[in-house]
Amino acid sequence: MSDNKKQTIVVTGGSRGIGRAICLDFASPNTHVYFNYLSSSTSADETRDLIDKAGGSSTAIKVNITSDTEVNDFFRYIKEHTGKIDVLVNNAGITKDGLIVRMKESDWDNVIDTNLKGAFLCSKAALKTMIRQHYGSIINISSLVGVSGNAGQANYVASKAGLIGLTKAIAKEVASRNITVNAVAPGYIDSDMTENLSDKLKAELIKQIPLGRVGTPQEVAHVVRFLASKNSRYITGQVINVNGGIYI
Amino acid sequence: MSIENKIINIISDKLGIDENEVVPDASFINDLGADSLDLVELIMTMEEEFDIEISDDEAEKLVTVNDVITYVNKIA
Repeated sequence: MSDNKKQTIVVTGGSRGIGRAICLDFASPNTHVYFNYLSSSTSADETRDLIDKAGGSSTAIKVNITSDTEVNDFFRYIKEHTGKIDVLVNNAGITKDGLIVRMKESDWDNVIDTNLKGAFLCSKAALKTMIRQHYGSIINISSLVGVSGNAGQANYVASKAGLIGLTKAIAKEVASRNITVNAVAPGYIDSDMTENLSDKLKAELIKQIPLGRVGTPQEVAHVVRFLASKNSRYITGQVINVNGGIYI
Repeated sequence: MSIENKIINIISDKLGIDENEVVPDASFINDLGADSLDLVELIMTMEEEFDIEISDDEAEKLVTVNDVITYVNKIA
């Protein structure tokens, strides 16, 4: 299958955690996955190797998604190589937790810039192509706490709730072009972002989850892939909770 | 094909209307049934076709067919 017949999948923050699982879930002879990373080229290389082993192909590029210039260069590169963008997954996210009265302005700005502004810039760049091709899917990775709130994460919660608003606004804006925009809100998922929680806290959390366990990155990835597939073309502007029933 | 004919051709193709309807003083939104996304698409097609860049500020001023023809003629 020649490259232009392959689906072009773009995933931000694909080197680790849920982003890596999403890249791997898309890996197939029929797709080419473009993903960016910011800090760890070693992790990005690992993701690429795993995609290769799964029979797919990928390109990893170091891109700071909070920079308009870098995002535009990233998408220009993709467009030049494939001429189209089928799927964009806005997954890249960071945390800088703290009580609001102790939260530094820079902690607020960094989290909002990466999690929310990054998704805005990437969506804008991808939509320029999707609007003209009259199809596409955007999936934003929000969070349980973006729906429920959480103490100690005002910046992160605001960014993830903001992603839900962004999802709904863009969904309405581009629906007439056969482009769907949805959000996935994972609950407690076994990933880099949650590995630093103490065992005691983890046990406490699990007690609150009706399904009695934390989720896996793959369980999030499967939902993302469904929302990117032709089987979900009548779903747009929605938030799909993947949280073991912790918030119903 | 002249720039003018090319532009008319693109507009007719993108908006799915007859070339005869694409008269100079026709407004995209009021006369030709375009919505705001159609306009964005048209501008992007012009940029690609004529290898030019039209800033958002300039794009806002392109209301009629003639606006586009004049603008593209000026900078292409």
